[in-house]
Parts: sequence; structure tokens; C-alpha cells
Amino acid sequence: MYVIDRRLNPSGKSLPNRQRFLRRAGKVLREAVRNVSASRPIREVGEGGVVIIPARGIDEPSFHTGSDGQHGRVLPGNKEFLEGDRIARPQGSGGGKGKGSGNGAGNGGGGEDEFKVALSAEEFLTLFLEDLELPDLERRKLSLTDSTGMRRAGYTKSGSPANLAVSRTMRNALSRRMALKRPKPEDLAALEEALRYAEEVKDEMQAARLRELIDTHGVRTRAIPYIDPIDIRYRRFEPSPRPIAQAVMFCIMDVSGSMTEHMKDMAKRFFMLLYVFLQKRYKQVEVVFIRHTDEAKEVDEKTFFESRETGGTRVSSALIEAQKILEERYPVADWNIYIAQASDGDNESGDNDRATALMRDGLLPLCQYFAYLEVDEPHSDTPTSSLWKTYDKLDPGPAMRRVTTRQEIYPVFRELFRRRNEALETT
Amino acid sequence: MSALLFEGADWSFETIQRIHDRVEEIALGEMKLDVYPNQIEVITSEQLLDAYAGSGMPIYYGHWSFGKRFVQHEGHYRKGYTDLAYELVINSSPCISYVMEGNSALMQTLVIAHAAFGHNHFFKNNQLFRDWTDAPGILDYLQFARTYIAQCEETYGERNVERLIDAAHALMSHGVHRSPRRRKTDFKTEQARAKERREHDEKIYNELWETLPGGAPKTPQTSPEAHLANLLELPQENILYFLEKTAPRLAPWQREIIRIVRLLAQYFHPQRQTKVMNEGVATYVHYKIMNRLHESGNITDGAFLEFLTSHTNVVFQPQFDDRRFSSINPYALGFAMMTDLERICVKPTDEDRDWFPELAGCNDPTNALKDIWAHYRDESFISQYLSPRVMRDWRMFNLVDDPAEPTLKVEAIHDERGYRRIRRAFAREYDVGHVDPQIEVVAVDLQGDRRLIVQHSVRGGRLLASREASEVLGYLADLWGYPVLLREVDEHGNGLREHTAEPRGREAFQSGKP
Repeated sequence: MYVIDRRLNPSGKSLPNRQRFLRRAGKVLREAVRNVSASRPIREVGEGGVVIIPARGIDEPSFHTGSDGQHGRVLPGNKEFLEGDRIARPQGSGGGKGKGSGNGAGNGGGGEDEFKVALSAEEFLTLFLEDLELPDLERRKLSLTDSTGMRRAGYTKSGSPANLAVSRTMRNALSRRMALKRPKPEDLAALEEALRYAEEVKDEMQAARLRELIDTHGVRTRAIPYIDPIDIRYRRFEPSPRPIAQAVMFCIMDVSGSMTEHMKDMAKRFFMLLYVFLQKRYKQVEVVFIRHTDEAKEVDEKTFFESRETGGTRVSSALIEAQKILEERYPVADWNIYIAQASDGDNESGDNDRATALMRDGLLPLCQYFAYLEVDEPHSDTPTSSLWKTYDKLDPGPAMRRVTTRQEIYPVFRELFRRRNEALETT
Repeated sequence: MSALLFEGADWSFETIQRIHDRVEEIALGEMKLDVYPNQIEVITSEQLLDAYAGSGMPIYYGHWSFGKRFVQHEGHYRKGYTDLAYELVINSSPCISYVMEGNSALMQTLVIAHAAFGHNHFFKNNQLFRDWTDAPGILDYLQFARTYIAQCEETYGERNVERLIDAAHALMSHGVHRSPRRRKTDFKTEQARAKERREHDEKIYNELWETLPGGAPKTPQTSPEAHLANLLELPQENILYFLEKTAPRLAPWQREIIRIVRLLAQYFHPQRQTKVMNEGVATYVHYKIMNRLHESGNITDGAFLEFLTSHTNVVFQPQFDDRRFSSINPYALGFAMMTDLERICVKPTDEDRDWFPELAGCNDPTNALKDIWAHYRDESFISQYLSPRVMRDWRMFNLVDDPAEPTLKVEAIHDERGYRRIRRAFAREYDVGHVDPQIEVVAVDLQGDRRLIVQHSVRGGRLLASREASEVLGYLADLWGYPVLLREVDEHGNGLREHTAEPRGREAFQSGKP
């Protein structure tokens, strides 16, 4: 009998199969993830958790009988029944059918209608953001290659001892020893054994021959070293360019009196999605919050979302502020720049021309992507705002969408960031 | 031998060794059990969850359905709906029993008695297992299966392999031979033969032969239909076997994977047919051994009480009107029948002499039981050895649901008139051949569109669950490569219903070229 301790064996043997399952359930799972995230509070959007998917999409069918026809069953615990008694058919089940036939091999799902899957935050986000792509990622990637890292690149004959490639060195040594026919210790031992025997039986001639052989062997062994400096190899590294993986995201929100809580909530959700999305794509994401009425101010996240302010609306103030911060802290050469603006579009009439000029000459050429989200009350049929009209005239202009209800946020977000080729197909 | 094996709940590897040695003394020396060599593996709860997902086996090929099972078990376990089993045992030689690290010393003793000796004896001696499973070869075969399927995934694409396994799994319940054939599966030669077959196929394949004009057709002795049926071994209840041998469009690797699924289905088939016996034997054995350990002072009274609590939970059978009732607990039924048979051997009543003349009063329960364990499966075991006493104790009754009637009918109860009828009905519930729908390949239309004709012999009006049946039929058509017709036919040969399916997505199942 053996007792074997398997506890130290790696667990998680089922993880590859779990991944396969998640892929298989992909479509229903994605839907479930989106439904769940729509009903979550903002701060938890990116967290993992349990989602429920219908078992229908992932069942494993097998041949088995249904509820038609005659069924009999032997049950324990008879208290009052006599032979021939009639009992009313219980509601909701196929009489005495029960689980009798459902236990065929491979029929794991059984009669369950839904299926719970616990997802990690990582998996949740991947599903959540699947088939979304960053716009204009290519352009910046090509131009931004100044940071470098080291990369393995074969072997070299010189290097520091820390980089010694032991197995490669030993391989070279072995092939050299074989090529030069360096005597093996076993051969030497065999010869010495033979010599001892020859001496024992007093075969002088043989012994002399063997002695000579052993001598030449010894000479060869000393002449051909076990490891020679020419065998030695070092691992070689070479510098290689790495694309910059950092991004800054500007959140610009109008907090003037005309913005209701509902509108701000929608804006928040949009920013949240953008943040989660960028975080997934870049190693480092910085966020700058700029709120504005008729004057703009950079604030922290809490103030940005929570405190109230009153005043008119002058969009240009926020654009100037953004431009200033960009110049000061985020040189275009080092950063991928994303700007998302949310407003009800109710700009002061005199300000629109300034905004146009700032956008055309200042911000649009600098940033990767400028998204403008116009928020409004549900069911309102206000005509397009002055800011919308202003932005609409720009060419190339920002990506623009208009939303009125919370449910629209996600679809709009997807539309703005969907993969290029997909966008071409659908439009 | 009266020294305590352990004190308290803690254990070490020496403790396990000591426990095993003492249990072995009782099991082999006193109970005369006959077991495969034991291998006990200590694992964590996570590893047990992994093992659950792979049908309890330590190695298995990759497929999403195992991931699904894992997610299911994991969810239930984390939520606390289900406890993990304390043990898992594999029908292999050496017989591997898993014990969880979190078990107390007493639970480890129980598990060793239950799995390493109870189940192990049954695996080695029961005729079904001897005929159908190859315990020394199974682990190597699983290793082969996993490597082979992983290679196929690499060569032919993961999706293609996955679709094939989906299809094969759907037909798995109809991929077993139900009656013994010439030879039992030997997994070692199986691997060698798999290789040979492929090599042979490749060697003799020559495109030139395809262009040779055929010789004069031989005149068949019998009618062409009968000749064909004979050639194709029709009717054939093992659908996977039929596909592996005759499906016209499958590539060799696809046949091999179908074969793997089929052989594993066959390996698990005895377990499906012996749930009550298997658990009954193991529970009876552990009960005997634990009592013996207590009598001889190897475990403390406290530990024995812990055992009794656990044992009582295991053999608990809720009554039919209890909220907890879902089905008959095989541990409870098996244990009740085994202990009752022992009683019949030792202290028979007149009734027992009537019912079991060959057992009553034979005074040799050990050998009588071992003989039964070796030669019966659940269905035959119940139909032979369910005693009136057990039926009375359990207050069994037979309830029949006939859709033609407005109410359910109590067909029989535990009385003189009812015993035999209850026993017959009860045994049929454990007859896999009765529970699984009887489906056979009956014909192939080789003159026409190569349609495959499959027949379900309907019993008692129990038609197939329609939606799933057409899904499975779709898979069958994919594998066959041509249309498939499923006829449901009643006892008098009247057709009740027909399903048809066309092969979908031929490209995936066709040539299988990389």
C-alpha cells in the first residue's frame, strides 16, 4: 500500500476546461454580463461576480424518454395507501416520473433552467468590453517608439558570467570532446582492469602493451580539456523598442444649472465605461477631471461627480483649461490622449466661434479621440443644441452621440468604440 | 491488537499507514476480501473538485462540458449547497482512493474501510467489472486518450474536435454494448492497435485502386437487404460502434475519437448498473470493519460515536412525502439489503425459509454475500434478494401513472399480495436496458440517398423527449454525413412519430484534412 501526498500537485487542473466552457457559453454569457452591468452602481461596473445564464444555450442533449406514456415508481414510506387506491396527480410534475431517466451519462445539466457562473473581475471585463477597439491606436503606436527594453537574442561568445548559458556551453563541450576522441573515464577504468588481470596471470607482453595504452590515454585526457574556453557561450540581449502604453483621459463635464442629476448620472456612466475600457488597454491610465460652468477648473474625482455649482455655460473655458494641462503635463510624444466631453449642449451663443477655433487648431489635432456626449432628459424632443451644431461643422470633427436614458449609454459607448471593420460592415 | 490507532482528530502519514494495516488485517484476514493493491492519495478540496469534473478520473481529455461540470460543482460547493464527498475511488489497479486533507482521523479510517476495501473488493470481483473493464489499463488509456485528442486539436483545429466530441457525447448513452461480446476490452493492446490501424490504413491506401474497374459482381446468396444487414451487423444498438465502423465520411482520426468516447462509456457502464450494490457492499464492509475496530479497542468510544453519526447520515432515506425526498438512496437500500441478507443467513424466520431456502440458516453469511457480490447487478440483485422484511421496513408501495387515467394508482403495497409485484417493478427501475430508451440502427438506404434509419422501440407509450431527441439526431446526421430518420415504433409495430435530420456544416465533419 502506498500513501501519496498529492496536495502539492498543482490544483486548477480544470481551468483549461473552464476557459473552454466560458468560450462556448460566450454569446449568452456576454448578454448576461451586459444585463448585470446595466443594473449595477457605477463604482462596481468593473468588478467580477456571479452571472446567471440560461441553461438552454449550453445543454448537452441525449436520447431519453419524456413525460409521455406510462410511468411506475416504487416509493418508500407508505402510511395509509391500500392496493388499488387512487391518488390525485400532484401538480407541476409528471406524476411519479421524477428523475428516473434523466441521469444518463453526459446529461449534466439535468432539469435546471438556469446556470450560475462566477466570473473574476478580469473575465468580467473581457466579456464586457469584447469587440471594442480603441480608435486610432495604430497611428500613435507607430510614432511613439522611444522607450526601449531588452530582448533575448541568441548567444554570444563574450559576456558577463551572470549570463552564462550553461546547457549550451556543455553541449559545445560534449561535441568537441567527441570530435577529438577524448578518452572516456569508463574506457580508462576498463583498461586498468585488463592490466590488473594481465599482471595477475603474468602476461608481461600484454601488460606492457596495456600500460603504454593507458599512458597515451592519460596524455590525451590531459591535452583535451573537459571544458575549453572556446565552448563557452553567453546569452545575448539586445535592446528593442517598446510602444508607449500610457494614456491620459480628460473628462470634461458641464455642471451648469441646466444639467440635471439625471444628465450628470448618464455622463458619469459614460466616463466610467471609458475609464474601465482604457484601463484594460493601457498599462497606465491617468484621468484629469475638468468641470466647467462659465469658467473651468480641474478638480478631483469626488468633487467632479458630487458637488454642485451654478452658473452659465461657456464651453471654451474648459477647452482652454484642457489645452493648458496638456501642454504642461502631457507632452503628445509620450501620451495617448483621450478626451470625453459631456454637456447638454446649451452653450452661450457668443462662445461657439471660440470653441470651434480651439477645437480645430488646438485639441483635435493633438488627441487620439474626442468623444462628445450630449445628454438630455428622457422623451424630450429638444432640437439639436447650439454646441452640437458647432461641433458638427468641424471636419474632421469629434465623435458625437446624443443620449436620453441610462439604458442607451452602453450601446452608444459600443457604437463609439466598436472595431473598425465591424463599423464598416454595419454602416 | 488492542492499541488505539489514533487519538483525537489529527492524523499523520504514519497514522494512515497504521489505520490501513489494521483495517487490512480485518478485511483480508477476517472477512476474506480480495482486493487490488491499494494506493491512497491525500488531496485538497480544490483537487477533489477537479477530480469531480473529470468523471472522478485523475486524467481526462479536454472538453468544455467538463468545465461546465466544474463550474456547477464549484458554485454549489462555494455556496454551501453540497458537501464534497469524503472520498473518491477509481476502478483501477492499483486501486486509487482519494482522501481529503480536511478529514478527521476517524473519517480517514472510514474512507479507507469504505473505499479501499469495500469498493475495491467489488471492482475486483463483480462479474460486470471483470467482463467490461480493464482496471490495470484504464489510467494508461486515459493518458493515451488525452494525448491523442490534444494532438488532434493541434492538427485539425480545436473547434473541429470539439464539435466531434459534442456529437459523440450526445450519443454516449447509446454507445455501449449491453450484452457481453467475445472479448473484454484490454486498454493496453487497444493503444497499440489504434496505432497499427492508422499505419495500416495509410500503407494500403493507393489512389490507383480507386480507378480499377470492379470485377463481376458476386451474386449474393441471400436477398440484398439481408446481405447488407448482415454485413453492417444490423440491427445495432451500439450507435457509436456502428458509426465508428461504417460511417462513410469520417476520417480515421474522427473514428478514433469516437472509439475513445465509446470505450470510456463502456468502462463507466458497469458503474451505472451497480450503484446500489457497489455502495451497499462498501457501506456494509465499512460498518463491519468499524464495529470490529471498536470491539477490539482500536478506536475510542468517542470516535465510534462520530462514526455512527456519519454512518447514519449516509444511510438516511427520506420517505416519499418528505421535502428532502428525491429518489432512493443507494447507500441506504444497499446497506439495508446486505444486513438483511446476513440476518437471513444467521437468524432466519419461517418467511425467509420460504423465500430464500438456499440462504436461510446457512450460517455462512460471509461466503453467501461474497458470492452474491460477484454475480449480480442492481436489477438482478433486487429481483432476487429484496426480502419481504426490507419491503415492510421501508413500507414500499408501487405507484403507477397512466396518462389515460385521471388519477395515479397504487398498484401494490407491502403485503402478501404485493411483495412480488413490488419487487418486480422495483427491479425494473434499476434495469438500465429498461430505463434508457431502446434505440437501434435498423437500416441504411444504400440504393437511394444513403439515409440512415434508426428505430426507437417505444414501451408503455414513453416517447422520446422531442426537442432533445431532434438535437441528438442532428449530431447523428453530422457524424453519418447523410440524412437520418428516427422512427418511434410501439410494441405492435405501429409507427408513432418520426424525426428527421440533415447533416449540418458538412465541412467540419467531412474529410478532416488539416
